[in-house]
Amino acid sequence: MPAVSKGDGMRGLAVFISDIRNCKSKEAEIKRINKELANIRSKFKGDKALDGYSKKKYVCKLLFIFLLGHDIDFGHMEAVNLLSSNKYTEKQIGYLFISVLVNSNSELIRLINNAIKNDLSSRNPTFMCLALHCIANVGSREMAEAFAGEIPRILVAGDTMDSVKQSAALCLLRLYKASPDLVLMGEWTSRVVHLLNDQHMGVVTAAISLITCLSSKNPDEFKTCVSLAVSRLSRIVSSASTDLQDYTYYFVPAPWLSCKLLRLLQCYPPPEDGAVKGRLVECLETILNKAQEPPKSKKVQHSNAKNAILFEAISLIIHYDSEPNLLVRACNQLGQFLQHRETNLRYLALESMCTLASSEFSHEAVKTHIETVINALKTERDVSVRQRAADLLYAMCDRSNAKQIVAEMLSYLETADYSIREEMVLKVAILAEKYAVDYSWYVDTILNLIRIAGDYVSEEVWYRVIQIVINRDDVQGYAAKTVFEALQAPACHENMVKVGGYILGEFGNLIAGDPRSSPLVQFNLLHSKFHLCSVPTRALLLSAYIKFINLFPETKATIQEVLRSDSQIRNSDVELQQRAVEYLKLSSIASTDVLATVLEEMPPFPERESSILAKLKKKKGPGAVSVELEDGKERGELNGGGDRGGDAAIAASNASTPSPSADLLGLRSAAPVSGAAPSAGSLLVDVFSEAGPAAASAGVNDDGFLSALHAPEASDSPLVEGPGDSDSAPTSAASEDPAPPLPESDELLNKFVCKNNGVLFENQLLQIGIKSEYRQNLGRMYLFYGNKTSVQFVSFSTTVSCPGELQSQLNVQTKTVEPLVEGGAQVQQVINIECLTDFVDAPLLNIKFRYGGALQNISLKLPVTINKFFQPTEMAAADFFQRWKQLSQPQQEAQKIFKASHGMDTEVLKAKLLGLGTALLENVDPNPENYVCAGVIQTKAQQVGCLLRLEPNAQAQPGEQMYRLTLRSSKDTVSQRVCDLLAEQF
Amino acid sequence: MIGGLFIYNHKGEVLISRVYRDDIGRNAVDAFRVNVIHARQQVRSPVTNIARTSFFHVKRSNIWLAAVTKQNVNAAMVFEFLYKMCDVMTAYFGKISEENIKNNFVLIYELLDEILDFGYPQNSETGALKTFITQTGIKSQSKEEQSQITSQVTGQIGWRREGIKYRRNELFLDVLESVNLLMSPQGQVLSAHVSGRVVMKSYLSGMPECKFGMNDKIVIDKQGKGGATEEAAGKSDLGGSGGGGGKQSIAIDDCTFHQCVRLSKFDAERSISFIPPDGECELMRYRTTKDIILPFRVIPLVREVGRTKLEVKVVIKSNFKPSLLAQKIEVRIPTPLNTSGVQVICMKGKAKYKASENAIVWKIKRMAGMKESQISAEIELLPTNDKKKWARPPISMNFEVPFAPSGLKVRYLKVFEPKLNYSDHDVIKWVRYIGRSGIYETRC
Repeated sequence: MPAVSKGDGMRGLAVFISDIRNCKSKEAEIKRINKELANIRSKFKGDKALDGYSKKKYVCKLLFIFLLGHDIDFGHMEAVNLLSSNKYTEKQIGYLFISVLVNSNSELIRLINNAIKNDLSSRNPTFMCLALHCIANVGSREMAEAFAGEIPRILVAGDTMDSVKQSAALCLLRLYKASPDLVLMGEWTSRVVHLLNDQHMGVVTAAISLITCLSSKNPDEFKTCVSLAVSRLSRIVSSASTDLQDYTYYFVPAPWLSCKLLRLLQCYPPPEDGAVKGRLVECLETILNKAQEPPKSKKVQHSNAKNAILFEAISLIIHYDSEPNLLVRACNQLGQFLQHRETNLRYLALESMCTLASSEFSHEAVKTHIETVINALKTERDVSVRQRAADLLYAMCDRSNAKQIVAEMLSYLETADYSIREEMVLKVAILAEKYAVDYSWYVDTILNLIRIAGDYVSEEVWYRVIQIVINRDDVQGYAAKTVFEALQAPACHENMVKVGGYILGEFGNLIAGDPRSSPLVQFNLLHSKFHLCSVPTRALLLSAYIKFINLFPETKATIQEVLRSDSQIRNSDVELQQRAVEYLKLSSIASTDVLATVLEEMPPFPERESSILAKLKKKKGPGAVSVELEDGKERGELNGGGDRGGDAAIAASNASTPSPSADLLGLRSAAPVSGAAPSAGSLLVDVFSEAGPAAASAGVNDDGFLSALHAPEASDSPLVEGPGDSDSAPTSAASEDPAPPLPESDELLNKFVCKNNGVLFENQLLQIGIKSEYRQNLGRMYLFYGNKTSVQFVSFSTTVSCPGELQSQLNVQTKTVEPLVEGGAQVQQVINIECLTDFVDAPLLNIKFRYGGALQNISLKLPVTINKFFQPTEMAAADFFQRWKQLSQPQQEAQKIFKASHGMDTEVLKAKLLGLGTALLENVDPNPENYVCAGVIQTKAQQVGCLLRLEPNAQAQPGEQMYRLTLRSSKDTVSQRVCDLLAEQF
Repeated sequence: MIGGLFIYNHKGEVLISRVYRDDIGRNAVDAFRVNVIHARQQVRSPVTNIARTSFFHVKRSNIWLAAVTKQNVNAAMVFEFLYKMCDVMTAYFGKISEENIKNNFVLIYELLDEILDFGYPQNSETGALKTFITQTGIKSQSKEEQSQITSQVTGQIGWRREGIKYRRNELFLDVLESVNLLMSPQGQVLSAHVSGRVVMKSYLSGMPECKFGMNDKIVIDKQGKGGATEEAAGKSDLGGSGGGGGKQSIAIDDCTFHQCVRLSKFDAERSISFIPPDGECELMRYRTTKDIILPFRVIPLVREVGRTKLEVKVVIKSNFKPSLLAQKIEVRIPTPLNTSGVQVICMKGKAKYKASENAIVWKIKRMAGMKESQISAEIELLPTNDKKKWARPPISMNFEVPFAPSGLKVRYLKVFEPKLNYSDHDVIKWVRYIGRSGIYETRC
């Protein structure tokens, strides 16, 4: 490029800049700039034309002022004029101004594009380069539209200069990254690939960046580049350091190009052609060999360049994962780096080894370095390197060395850096679980973990211990003994108290035989920690106490005394107070049989993905390849040795335990910051329904159970876990319009025909509980939106709409909700419903919120069905038949015969019919097997009497059981709708 | 309470740093520098909150004074203190500049120790401070003198020492006012107020008891009813030379007094009586909003001729007695940001386009009352890409007139000294009125 001649010094600019630098205050600077701007304006305004030099100078000044942070609203025209100058420096300044200050001003863009086009078609390489640089720097869509067709032509034209080709390749890359749809490579593909064979190394380097980017999008089109790349690579690798002259960097031939070639190859699987593959393997071997050679120079640049190629080669070897020989060699090479003086090298070596460890060929080779890695973990000064060492230990762990690695990590944990402790804890917990042969070892390890780093033990870790202890009979006794001992320490972490409380509450009886751990001793031990704990832990301890009453009747008096004390029964925390009151009542009212049922030992948890693993994944983000890889193995080995708890047990617990993604122990609802009152009830119900599956399995809401304990408010549990499993509900496409209702929303609707409360919807983020009550033609519905994540939802909004003619049939009023839902919190929304006349459809509920920036849009059907407005009517048999006959017109009757989809359990059927809202009339039908109901549907416009008869053929074989359902009402649409609704229920 | 006080130069280097309370750490110094002095965008609020710490700053030429606190203090108190601090420093070493501060840093630390104690403001009366904080090094004071200073500073009249003697008993009264105005293009007053100060310089012997009277509406009305003739006599010897004339009394919206004024007496009888400190003091500050005499009227005429030209014509009219002369008149006519050239013609004074300030500045040295003058300018504009319209900032004006635009007049100032044998008549009294422009703007 032409050197800047002396006359182009632009003295005026230099003076201006030094003036600005010498300004003592901001005000002075602004004054100076104003003066200069006025001067430039008058110059630009002046009638006599400016010469190129002064134009350039003033445009330069404007640019400088703009870069100081002031607005520039003129001078664009002058800059565009500069573009047509024939002097390099003037053109350069013009382009600089345009690329910094261009805005999508239509007229100017046209002029600019014109100027660029002229330069592109000129034969002058420097001008072409300037134009290409400008296109790349602006990189806007307009630019892409104008030049996307032109640039590939320049790139592959035979007569283009090498420097222009380089610029063209990089410019095209930039346009492709900005607007991939506009850059169509179709016809150029093969010629672009052949640029890899170009004589000029610079062109190859630029082209390879472009090809790497393009081929990662459509690998098939660029497949041919593999063989070219391999041959190019082998030519470079085999060349002597003097062959490539300009492209030899500190005795390393073309290091940048080599790295890029290796990276390009990583986009493709190993080459199938044997010859190519052989050549590539040869190259890789040469690279590995070169690493062993003594360095040709002591300069750090030499070793950096060499190592860059080496690491890139190793990533390629790992990517192919098919050459055991190379993998082992790579591993050995990395092993040498582990002890290198250079910290960066140690870091890189550890990082690469992490990926090597997951390959089956090199896993063993990696394991030989265990001592070095452990040493690195302990003695490394740089925390990021220690972190990598911990990662590698985690990756190289298997059954043979698990005990050693876990022990080392545990001992390191005591001195570990705070920033990595939580991750370390998770890793230890996972490894301990994954490779546990002996579950007492597992329990020991985790309890140790809690003891050493209690603060960093997340909820998931101790949930998991409890899950495992509950699911495995053989460790329960040992666990109880160990926690009992651990709790005897004068100071123990709150998480330890939680685990202790839970395990002793469940399995305290297993160690009660020993006089040193008699029930009373156990209780006193737990209670001594009570006052030091936070509210959720106290709540858990209270539950443990009530379980003690069941396990050890002799402690009843003591525990009742504790519960009755003012600090419990009058506790200012609603949750604790309620538990105390209810447990006290429960212990004094219920008989031992009831107690034994209610407070039965927890059923085994269903097998599921380890929540700790999920947590680790979340922490690491989606990019954590090594963990992803582990996942496959994990499934197989989880609790691998033992039995999986009887299928029957799982089935039984499925009915009552929360859906898989809910809290492990149903405990989280105790924690939320807001809404303690509404959630209080749910907790109790959780405990009860989990303890006694029978109570909840009827499918009808189990409110009755608690209302017997006269806890009126608490019994209305908004979050009673329904038997549904809506975990897989997909999050709808993110758009501002209300999403179409979820496909399963009709099914959800049916779930709520016979009940008013339960979980309407649940996915990974959100849980919607519902509670509703109806009187006459009016209804009120409470929706509880629970944020299941730890991140807040923003712009949370809900709308209820009545599609079509529903608008005239239902009157729905909603209150708006807070737009912010904190993580773990729950918000409530009240919806008032008035039924104007009978209806068929259900109103739509649309929920929108942003979670971590992504818009979530969910539409559901609100479970408002016509039967909700039933008023039960009791009547005698004679009355019933009289009315039945009155409604004898054919359109007044609706009848359906359908197969039973559930068992024909009398109690369940009765409960469902009652849930429907009608009165169940006993002794009316001559056949006692049949069910007869009557009710009046209250709407604002009219009242619709409704009679119902359900005839099961109970004697039939299971699977062939059928029902005949007959509905008669004074309005034909009503009969039909109720009949349809009800037919889905049995 | 003030936790610390810092003084910076224009570059943000700390010249003085005095921390009074432990809750202010060293990093507070940097926080203010980074967030206020070196802020990307100019910080216009005098109070800045950074990390639960409040910074109150005032700027004197290139010097920043910042008071720092973590507590919820009375901001007005802090600013009053900072202004007082500036006054004290000016009284000790003149202009507040980087060099003066560097040369006097020992003195400043000494002053800071005296006027702030654990963050609570103490006696900041210059006269009193000068008796025991001196620039001339330690004078060996006798025990007697020391105890006198102690009794004076801690006594009832902390601002004046006993035993002052002058051969000529003399006093000077300055009524300094600044008049603020915002006027619409049509000549409608949108807002106007006068803030004034009465500054007194006294050279009186002994402990003289003074009584000050002015044409405050409440007092005059009261006397009109009571018919007190005795006071009226005082009028003749101290009559001010008001510009507007005609009106007898003025309504004062609010006023504050120097600590020497007996507030109880003012509350009860509305009479202002005091024992003045020796030398200069600001006796009172006041504000009025009614019946203000506007010394100048600005009539703007702006015409946009196409996109590239602007014609401006401004007429100013003086509106006071023809015998009086206004001085230092300066009219500032803002020009659009895309001005590329200006031609100005004016009848009187000098006018110039100042590109660095984006304004035409028109200066007139002197102008008598009831006169009129005119300027016309042609502004050439450069067409820009921006579609934004010019915001037309108001035309502002500076001047100085020898009367009080509020109409305030000093009716009398009587001096009684029962112990020494001089009477009111022996005291030589001088009164001067100066009206200046504050923010005096007319929209165009």
